[in-house]
Amino acid sequence: MSTSNSAILAVHDLEKTFGSLVAARDITVSVPAEQTVGVIGANGAGKTTFINMITGHLTPSKGSIWFEDKEITGKPSREITRLGISRSFQVAQIFPSLTVFENMRIAAAIARCSGGVLGNISTPVHSGAATVEAEATIDLFQIGRYRDTPANALPQGVRKLLDIGMAVVGWPRLLLLDEPTSGISVEEKFDLMNVVMSALKTRKITVLFVEHDMEIVARFADRVLAFYDGTVIADGTPTETLDNPRVQELISGVRLKTSTGRPGHA
Amino acid sequence: MGGRGQLAGGLMFLFAAAAAPLLPDWVVSLVTIAFANALVVLGLVVLWRAGLVSFGQALYYCIGAYAVALTARWTGFTDVFALVVIGGVAAGLMAVLIGFLLARYREIFFAMLSLALSMILYGVLVKSESLGSTDGFSVATPTFLGYAPHRDALGLALYWLTLGVDAIGAMLVGVYFRSVAGALAAPIRDNEIRVEFLGVSVTSIIHIKVVIAGILGGLGGALAALAIGHVDPNMSYWTTSGGFVFVTILAGSGYVAAAFVGSLVFEAVRSFAFDVMPQLWQMTLGSVLLLTILFLPDGLGSLVARLKRRGEAKS
Repeated sequence: MSTSNSAILAVHDLEKTFGSLVAARDITVSVPAEQTVGVIGANGAGKTTFINMITGHLTPSKGSIWFEDKEITGKPSREITRLGISRSFQVAQIFPSLTVFENMRIAAAIARCSGGVLGNISTPVHSGAATVEAEATIDLFQIGRYRDTPANALPQGVRKLLDIGMAVVGWPRLLLLDEPTSGISVEEKFDLMNVVMSALKTRKITVLFVEHDMEIVARFADRVLAFYDGTVIADGTPTETLDNPRVQELISGVRLKTSTGRPGHA
Repeated sequence: MGGRGQLAGGLMFLFAAAAAPLLPDWVVSLVTIAFANALVVLGLVVLWRAGLVSFGQALYYCIGAYAVALTARWTGFTDVFALVVIGGVAAGLMAVLIGFLLARYREIFFAMLSLALSMILYGVLVKSESLGSTDGFSVATPTFLGYAPHRDALGLALYWLTLGVDAIGAMLVGVYFRSVAGALAAPIRDNEIRVEFLGVSVTSIIHIKVVIAGILGGLGGALAALAIGHVDPNMSYWTTSGGFVFVTILAGSGYVAAAFVGSLVFEAVRSFAFDVMPQLWQMTLGSVLLLTILFLPDGLGSLVARLKRRGEAKS
């Protein structure tokens, strides 16, 4: 199996079945470093299954996944995290009883310690380096105002930023964002994505993000993958993918957003 | 903060050690038992910070106690320092084994499974007639590196030994709380999914906590066996575990020192209640627990935080 040298992530012929249900099939994608890839498709089209296979949360039934020219197919998710693939969640996964700073610092401390039982016991959580890293990431995501606020009292948008910040504080090279704007009001979506994307650009992180809002996809993605029925039906620049007739026919919301002024064919 | 707390704790232990010769015998023995039990409570605090309650911590207490008693009985070896270590190691090894099972459970299942395991040991000991069945047996009089103190001097020596083991235990638990593994307690209570996705195995972190609590339980049992001079299966009975949970609620999980203060308050209230109304002492304890839960839901330790806040507000 060959992987091109410039690809940070390469998946070949990926398939996932649950009994007789085929959740994903024939997925072959290669992503160059620092690209921002939007992933679109209806619910149940296989987007989250695809993400979960990359993060090791699901083991593929067939195919292989390569990260930085190392095969990671079927490795446990914790090991994959330590290799440099991180993810955020559709519903922000944070520690509600800790403050923003404490959330960020524990994430930074974990990323800095060697892992394993001894590493976790012998690394102090108050280390200067973890604190510096946590403060820098809080600044990067522009949530300094909430530094000492308990996470259970944060507005929705800040929770999202904290969630993504915690995924970034350990300097991953690849970040998977599962619907970063879900649960965010329409007015706030663009501001949120501006903050997130410029933060990720600063850290030169390759991004795959699942998104339902086509305006967001068109604006922030360098490239768009369209999923339908468990497989990729279109792969290209935002314009190419969103203008693809099959995508327009099969994925709701695409025509609506992109064909304004151009009445679609019935 | 950690440094200052440790200094204050260390000074308190030194003070307690220095005051010993001035204290009446009954106080010395009460504090010895209270501080032996405090180690078990400290173990429960380690678990409780991660949202876990063990209703079977008496298992490790009993193993520590029997390890001491049996070693002395079978080998004639009576050095306290070695015996205490043997008690802690025996309970720790059991915790390593049990942890493989227990670390996968949470909440009521964790609590009840620990309870069940402690009751198995109770059942085995009750059936073991060679070990005195329900009566248990006495522990040989201990020696300190060859020195064999008598009655009063022995009580004092064991008091100092208990203080020493407690001080070391408290310091190490303090260090643990400031490590990544220790600091992950609240995050695990809050959101295990995120902890896993940060690249840490929640199961192994909980396993470590079970082992730490087990070692502390064993040390507590070993010291209690030496101080009481007798072991019996009741040390593994569920009411013993319940007593430790009681003290943990009384103490709260905020501070290491709270486990020691809580344990001391508990023993004092218990012997006072027993003296004043021998028929109703459980009712007194129950009322204390009720008042604690109503007015100090975070335990005695939260008084410190409350005073601190008041101090800050004034200045």
